[in-house]
Amino acid sequence: MIEAPTPLPTQASALPRGEALRRGLRANPLLVAGAVISVLVVLVAVFAPLLAPYPADAGSATHPFMVLRPPSAQHWFGTDNVGRDVLSRVIYGARVSPVVAVFVLLIACVIGIPLGAVAGYFGGWLDEALMRVTDIFLAFPPLLLALALAAVLPPSLTSLIIAISVTWWPWYTRLIRGQAASVAGRPYVEACRALGIPSHRILLRHVLPNSITPLIVQVSLDFGGVILTVSALSFLGLGAQDPTPDWGLMVAEGQNYFTTAWWVVTFPGLAILVTAFAFTLLGDGLRDLMDPKRIFLR
Amino acid sequence: MIVYVVRRVATAILVVAGVIVLTFVIARVVPGDPAATWAGPHASAAQIAAARRFLGLDRPAAAQLASYFGGIVTGNWGVSIHTHRPVLSDIGGAAPVTIELVTAALIIALLVAVPLGLISARWQGRASDHVIRAGSILGVSMPIFWLALILQLVLADHLHLLPAAGEFSPSLLFTHPLTRVTGFGLIDAPLTGNWPMFGSILGHLLLPALVVAAYPAGLLTRMIRAQVLDTVGDTHVQMVRALGFRERAVYGRFAMKLAWNPVATALALVFGYALVNTFLVEAIFDWPGLGEYATASITALDTPAILGVTLFVALVYVGANLVVDIVQAAIDPRIRLR
Repeated sequence: MIEAPTPLPTQASALPRGEALRRGLRANPLLVAGAVISVLVVLVAVFAPLLAPYPADAGSATHPFMVLRPPSAQHWFGTDNVGRDVLSRVIYGARVSPVVAVFVLLIACVIGIPLGAVAGYFGGWLDEALMRVTDIFLAFPPLLLALALAAVLPPSLTSLIIAISVTWWPWYTRLIRGQAASVAGRPYVEACRALGIPSHRILLRHVLPNSITPLIVQVSLDFGGVILTVSALSFLGLGAQDPTPDWGLMVAEGQNYFTTAWWVVTFPGLAILVTAFAFTLLGDGLRDLMDPKRIFLR
Repeated sequence: MIVYVVRRVATAILVVAGVIVLTFVIARVVPGDPAATWAGPHASAAQIAAARRFLGLDRPAAAQLASYFGGIVTGNWGVSIHTHRPVLSDIGGAAPVTIELVTAALIIALLVAVPLGLISARWQGRASDHVIRAGSILGVSMPIFWLALILQLVLADHLHLLPAAGEFSPSLLFTHPLTRVTGFGLIDAPLTGNWPMFGSILGHLLLPALVVAAYPAGLLTRMIRAQVLDTVGDTHVQMVRALGFRERAVYGRFAMKLAWNPVATALALVFGYALVNTFLVEAIFDWPGLGEYATASITALDTPAILGVTLFVALVYVGANLVVDIVQAAIDPRIRLR
């Protein structure tokens, strides 16, 4: 049987802006789901003191008579090995690794964007040198370099931020460099140069604003990945230290009691999964929405 | 073709040199005085100075780098602090076991990703597509150390479907001991006709391999879907359709054929990622490979061992990328003429 080929879709750019966006959203329920869960995670982080039933348990409180209790009406997610409420710690955890991820991405952008823009715009030996340096960093799988760095630095959240930022910036340098190089060749940039506008002004006013969109999409896509990296390093004991309510650390600590108390590992891990999942859905959907080719295909 | 290969190999050698320099820099970032650590907590100033001379830390950085570089090239990767053995021989013993695990994981990932990616692309926008896309994003968002713990508890401890940990059943050590020839258990066991051991290793491999496969499976599914969707719009694929080939053949044979190229590139990438991911799960499954060695080194603050493993995995990763690039150039002239 010969099936009818899918009809050519109507060109989205011919539609009014709002309608195109609405269609894009309707065709992509995953984006909407990702956005909703992401907003929820942010709200949990902001309102943690109001939401957590036992805010003191996020710190170093201990309750010797409440150790490893299974989930109940008082403790929805049970209690951990020193009697702290797991739900409260999971809620406060939304203030640890997601915040670390924000810092990592900020630092990676602060290093990566200027280097990429300069390399792409000026080209020549500077470009060549910068690209060889990024080649070296990209020769490591991302988690590996961060792991090696975090392992030699004293274990703390600051070390974690440094270690992951150092591995993340070359991706952004490469991305911006490619964009900037293509923008630098366009007629309006040449016109600017002919008008004698200084290079730093051309870079800031014309090249950067026109190269930044793919980076924004990439950053939102990377958010989940950075959270996973943070959790992985914390799990190995290279990041947050007790009593910080970090999800990766909680999984590591619960590991020893896991066979008898499943809840100490399950809920913090679920929090990592849900957060990484939501932000990746969001980033993935944003990329589809921004990519003109994909909009056309739809 | 030869020109392309020579150029590609030359870049790879440059990158490797850079990688070695970077690990040297990381080693020097270590806070505190390595000489003081070496000499011990009660050492006198003179003993620390002697240790510094002994370790070569009193020489200029360039000279230290040169001897470090020379050591790496000639196979002297330093001595591990916690096993007291040369780092390179430790790695040589552990690497095959890990490569076995990663290879098994990638095979599982491909078996899952190819059909799912094709189904997702063929019925784009349908419920099946949304479910597969959500599933693949779930795969790449999975904290795999957590997945490892959960699957171990459910499949091994509660349901007793798979063995929980180890490379093989310890009882076989007495009845059918494994003779190491290549270091790869799954090759050595059949080579020596040790079938009970082969079965046992395969059974023990399955659970960790499933866990390590989560990320590659998700990534490859997304990738295959995107690639197939890109190529079905191409005129030559439309032509195949116009010639009256079934939709099944249009996707499975013609569009998928073009998707293999980027998928091969992604395989090298995913191989590197999966290799590092074993660092998170091998200790949980007591799988005696590189990952377990790396986590033990991290706990023991064993800098030579940590950097050795880092360097080794980076070299494997650079090598994998090199091989994929050369194979692709051999198949596809557009790449080598670019």
